[in-house]
Amino acid sequence: MKVKFKILVSVLLAIAVIAAFWILIRNNSFDVLQPAGTIGDQQRDLIIFASALSAIIVIPVFAMTFWIVWKYRVGHKKPGAYRPEWSKSRLAETIWWGIPIILIGILGVIIWTSSHTLDPYRKLDSEETPLRVQVIALEWKWLFIYPEQNVASVNFLQIPVGRPINFEITSDAPMNSFWIPKLGGQVYAMNGMTTKLHLQAHTPGDYTGKTANISGEGYSGMTFTTRAGSEADFSSWVKGAQQNGQELTMTGYNKLAEPSKNVAPILYSSRPESLYDTVVMKYMMPGHETTHEHAKDAAEGDHHE
Amino acid sequence: MLGQLTLEAFQKGLIEMGAQIGLVVGGLVVVGLLFYFKKWKWLWKTWITSLDPKKIGIMYLILAAFMLLRGLADVLMMRAQQAMSSGDATGILSSDHFQQVFSAHGTIMIFFVAMGVIFALFNLIVPSQIGARDVAFPFMNSVSFWLFFVGVALINLPLIVGEFSAAGWLAYPPLSGLEYSPGVGVDYWIWALQIAGIGSLLSGINFLVTIFKMRAPGMRMMKMPIFVWSVLGSVSLIIFAFPILTATLGMLSLDRLIGTHFFTSDFGGNPMMYVNLIWAWGHPEVYILILPAFGIFSEIVATFSGKRLFGYKSMVAAILAITFLSFTVWLHHFFTMGAGANVNAFFGIMTAVIAVPTGVKVFNWLFTMYRGRVRLTTPMLWFLGFVVTFTLGGVAGVLMSVPAIDFQVHNTLFLVAHFHTMIIGGVLFGFFAGLTYWFPKFAGFRLNERLGRYAFWCWLIGFLTAFVPLYALGLMGAVRRMDHYSSELGWQQLFIVAGVGVAIICLGVFFQLLQLVVSIIQRKKNMVGADPWDGRTLEWAMSTPPKEYNFAVLPTVTERDAFWEMKQKKQLPSRNYEDVHVPKNSGIGVMVGMSALAAGFGIIWHIWWLALIGFIAVLVLLIVRLTSDDTERVIPRAEVERLENMKAGAA
Repeated sequence: MKVKFKILVSVLLAIAVIAAFWILIRNNSFDVLQPAGTIGDQQRDLIIFASALSAIIVIPVFAMTFWIVWKYRVGHKKPGAYRPEWSKSRLAETIWWGIPIILIGILGVIIWTSSHTLDPYRKLDSEETPLRVQVIALEWKWLFIYPEQNVASVNFLQIPVGRPINFEITSDAPMNSFWIPKLGGQVYAMNGMTTKLHLQAHTPGDYTGKTANISGEGYSGMTFTTRAGSEADFSSWVKGAQQNGQELTMTGYNKLAEPSKNVAPILYSSRPESLYDTVVMKYMMPGHETTHEHAKDAAEGDHHE
Repeated sequence: MLGQLTLEAFQKGLIEMGAQIGLVVGGLVVVGLLFYFKKWKWLWKTWITSLDPKKIGIMYLILAAFMLLRGLADVLMMRAQQAMSSGDATGILSSDHFQQVFSAHGTIMIFFVAMGVIFALFNLIVPSQIGARDVAFPFMNSVSFWLFFVGVALINLPLIVGEFSAAGWLAYPPLSGLEYSPGVGVDYWIWALQIAGIGSLLSGINFLVTIFKMRAPGMRMMKMPIFVWSVLGSVSLIIFAFPILTATLGMLSLDRLIGTHFFTSDFGGNPMMYVNLIWAWGHPEVYILILPAFGIFSEIVATFSGKRLFGYKSMVAAILAITFLSFTVWLHHFFTMGAGANVNAFFGIMTAVIAVPTGVKVFNWLFTMYRGRVRLTTPMLWFLGFVVTFTLGGVAGVLMSVPAIDFQVHNTLFLVAHFHTMIIGGVLFGFFAGLTYWFPKFAGFRLNERLGRYAFWCWLIGFLTAFVPLYALGLMGAVRRMDHYSSELGWQQLFIVAGVGVAIICLGVFFQLLQLVVSIIQRKKNMVGADPWDGRTLEWAMSTPPKEYNFAVLPTVTERDAFWEMKQKKQLPSRNYEDVHVPKNSGIGVMVGMSALAAGFGIIWHIWWLALIGFIAVLVLLIVRLTSDDTERVIPRAEVERLENMKAGAA
């Protein structure tokens, strides 16, 4: 009786805790589970499917654990049979090798197909012409180049809803990971090479983008706003950048590439021809001069402000 | 003369100064007490120079316990920082300091807590479970321990002089390269791991040979206790994986010291190679830790159900399958690097496949309890807690094995929550279960059950409170390692809840310390004989506490669960005593360690003469030892007989 009472109290307590937790998070935005992009939608569906598949095993395991411990514990009034030498059963073992193998087989097929359909390098199927955006991770901000529009921006990304965005991503800094959770999965940004990512927004709005890979002191402040708007919004933003933006020269770029934290958005009306390629290729050139004079300054001390 | 070492390296911020002064003063107090009570000789003879694996095991445990407290102190700072630093608030730590703290936390918990405890358990349990008196190479065992000690020293020295790495626990280049991390932090990280890692490799070889060559007569492979099988899997992984770590750290160090370009971004260096190599070690490392935990649970569930382990052959097959598969999945740590779809799919499928043997083990444990008589002691509570957390963590793992899902949760707090579920709920709970289970064998008395239960419930509830919010935060898009975040996101309350969870875990740790103290005080009341739990395997056939030589006469094994069989057949241990050979104490192990410490410190601070002297000293000491024949001591038959006839407890 006492044990049953304890269990009842524990169950009620657990329900109360879960309810309290739900109240705590109900106004939060679950970016991964409430995507605003087509890729994110498919990734969310996969999460739900894989969780359901796992539940087929997990729920029986929990139920069995509880029941077996309850039934066979010392102290149970009428415990089940005691067979200290019983230690094998071909049937039982076949079942629990077999069922997981089947489930993992199903999951394997899903992994194979989804790895291909949701390969970040795969161009999205769409009637619309894709928009090209080149992304350079700097210490510690993101530079976005729109080669077709000949404009660029720092820590602000304007995109049209309904059009595939083809990102080419590199880094002129330690390794970063380029991620806009509301739109879909991330890809690393690494220097001396280009990675690719294809995303598409289906709902207008402002979505936070960030780096997901530690890249030094300013890592946490390396966030940007992604504004998904209409085609007209996009055109007027481009026009605004062309008219009001600064000119980005090579000297200006080198200045920009110096470490800085929590950088506010900047617009550029132009950029050096093939800036992106220059940044990618410079690590391949023999004798490239490091631009990181700060590294030497930092060595002098100043590590614990 | 002193390389890069200057007086300025001792200057610290306020928080670090506390740790600095605390360490120095604490160290001086310990040294002073040892002089005051004239205990140096005792310490040297009974512990430092001992080659008895049981003593070495206990020393591993003590160091690991201290490192757990250090790792927890790091957690408290991280949780405080993230709970406070929303919006304009900057919290208590600078970005750089915060990054040093999480880098230290991960490194310490894996290398110096988890690895420390597995080596402790290998030393304490493996020889006796296979009915042996010792490990295959007792001196090498001492060297391994002292190299581990050097790792612990080097990882804590940054608190006193210099700084620690801020590049994360695996220090990916180019961030960990000289260009972006010019200080000594990364060098501390490299050489702490490098030296401790060599010790781990030596231990791996030692226990592999011990298991292959030193089993009691009649104990064929398929009659070994399942814990020994799990150790065999674990040490095989150590032997194959740790050389990769050594080579990788070596190359990173060359990049930093003499300007090679293995992993730099330029001159043809390739950081992606580093990431591949470090995880080719890093993934097996996870299984190096979890396999022994599986072994511990197998022993505990069988003992406390009063029943044979269900599906022994399946269990062995599962251990071997996991051992093999763990080398085929490393790329799942970086699906986001942009490998092709085929590559990602292959590694995703291999990852999911590991769930099969792991799941089979869970079913076998459940069916070991089925038709048994389950005693719900503290070790069993840890087991049940493990089933719940490990299964949930496993689901998160299965989700992340799908590359397309991983792109959305990689490097988020979801991932952080996942691997903490596996390592706390799996490895740590396993260790706590094992330590409670085997404690009376070595101490002669039981740990207090009530405080043990309090500790368990605090750990379980604290763990859920600390990590469920992290799963949620990850799905909200919160990345790991943030030292501040925008207040509009509404994440602060979840970080506060997570902080409360950590406080509950700390309460659990407090109960564990209290449990130890109370149990020692009440030891007369909780005194037990050689077989307090009605055990099944040979370690319970030893006297309690065990003699230096474990078994006066080596047991002969006819069945699995050898000790259970002996009890069933009412066999008494043989009394045909003979002379017993045991290794002599040796101070060379600790001297090798101290020389390696000097060498490591010299390299870190570019004090080349010190590094050279340390390195030469290691070689000379090893040659001296290896050319010596006078390494064994004989306990004569009469002495063995006298010891065996003494009443239990009178020793």
